[in-house]
Amino acid sequence: MTVAGLAFYLFAISAIIGGFFTVVARNPVHSVLWLILTFLSAAGLFVLLGAEFVAMLLIIVYVGAVMVLFLFVVMMLDVDFAELKAGMAQYLPIALAIGVVLLMQLGIVFGDWAQAPGAEAARAAVTPDGVQNTAALGLLLYDQYFLIFQLAGLILFVAMIGAIVLTLRHRDGVKRQSPFAQMMRDPAKAMELKDVKPGQGL
Amino acid sequence: MADFFYNTNLGIFLLIVGQVLLIVVPLLVALAFLLYGDRKVWAAVQLRRGPNVVGFFGLLQSFADFIKYAVKEIVYPAGADKFVFLMAPMVSLVMALIAWAVIPFNDGWVLSDINVAILYVFAVSSLEVYGVIMGGWASNSKYPFLGSLRSAAQMISYEVSIGLIIIGVIISSGSMNLTHIVQAQDGNYGIFSWYWLPHFPMMFLFLISALAETNRPPFDLPEAESELVAGYQVEYSSTPFLLFMIGEYVAIVLMCALMSLFFFGGWLSPIPGLPDGILWMFAKIVFFFFIFAMVKAITPRYRYDQLMRLGWKVFLPFSLIWVVFVAFAARFEWFWGAYVRWTTGS
Repeated sequence: MTVAGLAFYLFAISAIIGGFFTVVARNPVHSVLWLILTFLSAAGLFVLLGAEFVAMLLIIVYVGAVMVLFLFVVMMLDVDFAELKAGMAQYLPIALAIGVVLLMQLGIVFGDWAQAPGAEAARAAVTPDGVQNTAALGLLLYDQYFLIFQLAGLILFVAMIGAIVLTLRHRDGVKRQSPFAQMMRDPAKAMELKDVKPGQGL
Repeated sequence: MADFFYNTNLGIFLLIVGQVLLIVVPLLVALAFLLYGDRKVWAAVQLRRGPNVVGFFGLLQSFADFIKYAVKEIVYPAGADKFVFLMAPMVSLVMALIAWAVIPFNDGWVLSDINVAILYVFAVSSLEVYGVIMGGWASNSKYPFLGSLRSAAQMISYEVSIGLIIIGVIISSGSMNLTHIVQAQDGNYGIFSWYWLPHFPMMFLFLISALAETNRPPFDLPEAESELVAGYQVEYSSTPFLLFMIGEYVAIVLMCALMSLFFFGGWLSPIPGLPDGILWMFAKIVFFFFIFAMVKAITPRYRYDQLMRLGWKVFLPFSLIWVVFVAFAARFEWFWGAYVRWTTGS
């Protein structure tokens, strides 16, 4: 087995183990930590595929930002997760049924798997020779699919503004700091220096 | 012999392990003296003597501290999550160390010469926050928890502006490879060819963001001793505390190295005619570490709302506008092409 093959199995197995323990871990914080392991393994798989830019983005966006916020929320939540998990046995048959159905569907799909004649060529065309992965991605996104890319960004922007509008409220009677007023204060007006002689006091 | 090292798997593995040791061991030894220097600078500003007992002028103080920490007993707080409690310092140290894999010390002196080196450093430094969060949570105690919450918010906030500042440098050099970025700064004017001149304001923004990112004073709110005792480190003793400490300082030295790579030409000589070399890189790292130490000594701590305001309302808009400016300056080659010095084909 080559080193790349070994690395693939290492990352693949750790991704699956991470995903499994994300579901079964008793403590939600542990779940999040396992999920981080899954993301890191997925990033490793991307690197093996030669998509180093996507791998780094996965780590920066998901592990570096999204998961931190997740961990933040989970750590602050005061929910009795043991009680929530206790209902798991009750719903286990339904979950198993859904799982079996999904597995069978996947089996049907992959059992009759045939590659389209042009698929191999289309895959190879993504990264032209001599162009780096990142540059190729940039050329594709900003030259070929510029409008679609910008539209996707716009949709996210609208969603963000919507979330802010929904949660923003101005409460009266809250004392706020005014940094500008604080910075513009004149020390001479705020305090007075006295030269105190020893043994005399003011 | 050469055949064994270049062509067999075991040989390549041994070679890489040797290279890793060649980076990590000098780094940690240098760190011992940098820590000593940090304390000496701090002491000198406050008209104290600083460490002066162990060895000549206290030079061996860091090693004495190391032995002291290593032989002490590890205390677990009641109700602590033992696994995560011990994982946290290790994550903190490992994340600080693995970022050095892509740092070039001289032309070609780099462990792993990858295309996305900047993103790699950025990704690894964004993972460093986990050491702090996990440590604070696993301690099962109030002060560490508050410290870790503060730290998480602070590190995420300043990462955003660091990312935008780095984008300006990437636009100017047309590459995310750190070696290419330094090569792009190679010019006929020595120190005036480096990126600190075209990216002048960003140099300061990066320095301040780096202070916030590494929890250094004046942004050491996660461990503010007057309010949180020592933040996420309160419950740590012995070797785990030592690991946190080393991790923190390795991250600081890494930021100094990044500063010299992005804005101060890495291993390039400031005076045209003098040879470039690794000594310049060392000198620059030590110089920026001195600045970090001075900032620690002479600035009062920020208030938390001031910290957040500075990050989101001052640095973020400013660095965003700067990215737009650099993009225009690079596209239309303003200022005699100072903003566009691509060494690789686009």
